[in-house]
Amino acid sequence: MVGQVFARPQKWAMYWRETMRQMNDIGIGSLMIVSIIALFIGAVTAVQFAYQLETSFIPKFYIGFILRDSIIIEMAPTLSALMLAGKVGSNIASELGSMRSSEQIDALDIMGVNTISYLVGPKVIASLCMFPVLVTIAAGLGIFGGYMATVGTGIPPSDYIRGLSYWFMPFNVTLMLVKAVVFAFIVSTVSCYQGYYVKGGALEIARASTRAVVNSSIMILIADFLIAKLML
Amino acid sequence: MIRIEDIRKSFGEVEVLKGITTTFNPGQTSLIIGSSGSGKTVMVKCMVGLFEVTSGRVMYGDDNFSTMSKNERKVIRQQIGMLFQGSALFDSMTTEENIRFPLDMFTNLTAGEKMHRVNFCLERVGLTGSNAKYPSEISGGMMKRVGIARSIVLEPKYLFCDEPNSGLDPKTSITIDQLITEITRENNITTIINTHDMNSVMEMGDQVTFLNKGIKEWEGSKEEILHSDNEFLNEFIFASKFLQELRDA
Repeated sequence: MVGQVFARPQKWAMYWRETMRQMNDIGIGSLMIVSIIALFIGAVTAVQFAYQLETSFIPKFYIGFILRDSIIIEMAPTLSALMLAGKVGSNIASELGSMRSSEQIDALDIMGVNTISYLVGPKVIASLCMFPVLVTIAAGLGIFGGYMATVGTGIPPSDYIRGLSYWFMPFNVTLMLVKAVVFAFIVSTVSCYQGYYVKGGALEIARASTRAVVNSSIMILIADFLIAKLML
Repeated sequence: MIRIEDIRKSFGEVEVLKGITTTFNPGQTSLIIGSSGSGKTVMVKCMVGLFEVTSGRVMYGDDNFSTMSKNERKVIRQQIGMLFQGSALFDSMTTEENIRFPLDMFTNLTAGEKMHRVNFCLERVGLTGSNAKYPSEISGGMMKRVGIARSIVLEPKYLFCDEPNSGLDPKTSITIDQLITEITRENNITTIINTHDMNSVMEMGDQVTFLNKGIKEWEGSKEEILHSDNEFLNEFIFASKFLQELRDA
């Protein structure tokens, strides 16, 4: 299947149009939920760090330092990907599943369209492009959420900002983007596979959608561990 | 012309098509009839390549479709139009975009030329002005018409229709039947219709092939079908009491 996904398009303009549509669905369509989750995760994490550091001798600016790295390395890519597995993955699986059961894929096949390339390719490419963007936004908003939360805990904002700039390693951003790309590939291919090969009606589409989310989530967590092991 | 020669199709241990041979001619509406599970849909899907035949040949003119490579099949497929039972329109596209899709994908026509062709097809199926409607906004009969318009937009040589009347009221069914017949005659298309609707058989059956449990049981025209002495065919045609009484009268 993966080989056919990247087969030479029959008509570039059609594939381009479909890729743009998918980018809009995946990127713009997920922006709100990714942003809300990132803001609150950042805020909650900051509050909890502040609580844990309250009685210790660790300087308060460490909150910004710890939060920045945990958001960039782990929370932004992994939590966003898990959330996107739920939203984008189930959407892809049910879209392709309903196209299969309503014979839309057969109609394309009979026309002579390479359906794997035309239907799956743009979704994979759009995911590979949009996941890193969403994860980067999530990281920024998570850190901002942490800042907003620390204001209410009595920690001077200057301490938080000092922590953010303390011992910054650009490699962590690379790690975040690598994770985002790998997770995008997992979510899009697993979901497309589940949707494309649906056999049956509404019940099977629902099951395929569930399988897409569950399998993607498990694979994301395994890949997360492997990337951490290999790159850190 | 399409000719199938001794085609067989099995799913695991179950043989669904048991050696069917027949010819479908251009300019004629050829109907495949039979009760549910007789192998009609499998036969059509084998002919268009959605299923691979277990043995036998599907010939499009002089070309053996069964042994063609994927790329060779693409050339034939662009000469095929297909109307699906559920119309199979693309949900995310308007009527106009649905009909224009094959033109966008396979031709290099200008936007104006495509528009002209789409409007011609819409007019041909009696849906002028419905360009901007989505499939969810139109009736079942209109969806079938859009399906027909999409299947003829590339001026196909072969048209397959899978139960074109299913889910339609009798009047709309007749309209769809007449439309398919007219388009077949006008463009000299080889049209193959898979149905179990006897009204359609009597309306447009230039050639009727009756399948029973995967075997070609009978073949003839709509004029001959009512006078056949084939036991299985008679059981199928005169299943209703009304038709039995009509025959006996």
